[in-house]
Amino acid sequence: MADLHFLANPARFRRFSQRVLPGLGFATVLMLAFGLYMAFFVAPVDYQQGQTVRIMFLHVPSAWLSMGGYALLAGLGASLLVWRHPLAALMARAAAPVGASFAAVCLLTGSLWGRPMWGTYWVWDARLTSMLLLFFLYLGHIALSRAYDEPERGDRSAAILALVGVINLPIIKFSVDWWNTLHQPASVTRLDAPAIHNSILIPLIWMAVSLLFLFIFLVLVRTETEIDRRRLENAAVQEEEAAA
Amino acid sequence: MNGFMALLARDLRLVWRRPGDVGVVLAFFVVAVVLFPLGIGPETNTLQRIAAGVLWCAALFAALLSLERLFAADYEDGTLDLLLLAPWPLELAALAKCTSHWIVTGLPLSLLAPVLGVAFGLDGDSLLALFGTLLIGTPTLSLIGGLAAALTLGARKSGALLALLALPLCVPTLIFGAGAVETLAAGEGLWTHLAILGALALVALATTPWAIAAALRQAGE
Repeated sequence: MADLHFLANPARFRRFSQRVLPGLGFATVLMLAFGLYMAFFVAPVDYQQGQTVRIMFLHVPSAWLSMGGYALLAGLGASLLVWRHPLAALMARAAAPVGASFAAVCLLTGSLWGRPMWGTYWVWDARLTSMLLLFFLYLGHIALSRAYDEPERGDRSAAILALVGVINLPIIKFSVDWWNTLHQPASVTRLDAPAIHNSILIPLIWMAVSLLFLFIFLVLVRTETEIDRRRLENAAVQEEEAAA
Repeated sequence: MNGFMALLARDLRLVWRRPGDVGVVLAFFVVAVVLFPLGIGPETNTLQRIAAGVLWCAALFAALLSLERLFAADYEDGTLDLLLLAPWPLELAALAKCTSHWIVTGLPLSLLAPVLGVAFGLDGDSLLALFGTLLIGTPTLSLIGGLAAALTLGARKSGALLALLALPLCVPTLIFGAGAVETLAAGEGLWTHLAILGALALVALATTPWAIAAALRQAGE
């Protein structure tokens, strides 16, 4: 972590990200293209689910990334509150909508998969419901960070919310599980060998990694934008003060 | 502890002098609950089945309704600045505010809900279960709501934002609160649900005062 502190300075971060972004973007496009090719043409058709199994290659990584994204928000929130890193606030502001989008993709693809498989777009099942609640937590974070006239207050309020949310997520998950369980149990992250065959597992992992690249790329680009926006706002304020 | 009691007594006295504020919240609760039979239909079986959920949701909304003003008045008239300067921990002040909120909303709502439950055709055991779960569950709502109120202090559209922040966090309490009455109807014991509600309240008690204090500190800066 200590090595990452040098990035806490927005100007230094900007130099770093400008060096990294073109290569990262290129790699993301290549990886996604190959991953989608594998998901659509190489991976075998499931004997029960037919072609709909291909939705999973987008659905499952989106679920992972939306959960990881909230953990990232909490980590950024902690580093804002503890070390007052100015970059953490900007990055949290940039990452929240990306994480929310992955949660939305997960919900949408899940409901498209549920229609042919379960015969309905939506069931009040435990996993669907807790993903929906995670989406709402994201919305709360986004709304709170933008609800103040002084952006710094929104940043710090949202940081506290992210920390409280990350404590509450397991509790919400547990209570929703208790409430109703219909969804199949987790099949990749079991302690023993995964229950799915390599011909499906490899494209899945590949897609997860390429979507992770996409996540990082989007967050970095949006963080740059936030830095520029904050600078523009400050410049505008200074101009007004100079004119007054 | 003196500061805690003093702040609690002050808040209760403020409410006592203007009882209308509490009355409005309770009236909202009654009207909201009464709307459900009107919207769904008067069949006793349906009403019995949804009673606990409806009463719990309405209690949650009613509790949220009164939260927007929890810290706002102190924030506007400068009391909050004095609390920040006070020689005793801000966490205790936050806890005192949430306690006073529970005494003037959670407690009366718990007492009122069984009365409305009669109109939904609940039997004696279910009414008692409803009272018990609300009594143990509403402190959690006050604490989580207090956090949402502190976070949205001075924000634009703070009322709607407060609900957006607090409702997802209140889901566990709602599930176990409303679920308890249903399991009782299914012939199972109540204690598991009450114990989990108690655990949720304790977790909230152990974490939210610190978060509220942090939110208040940065609001006061």
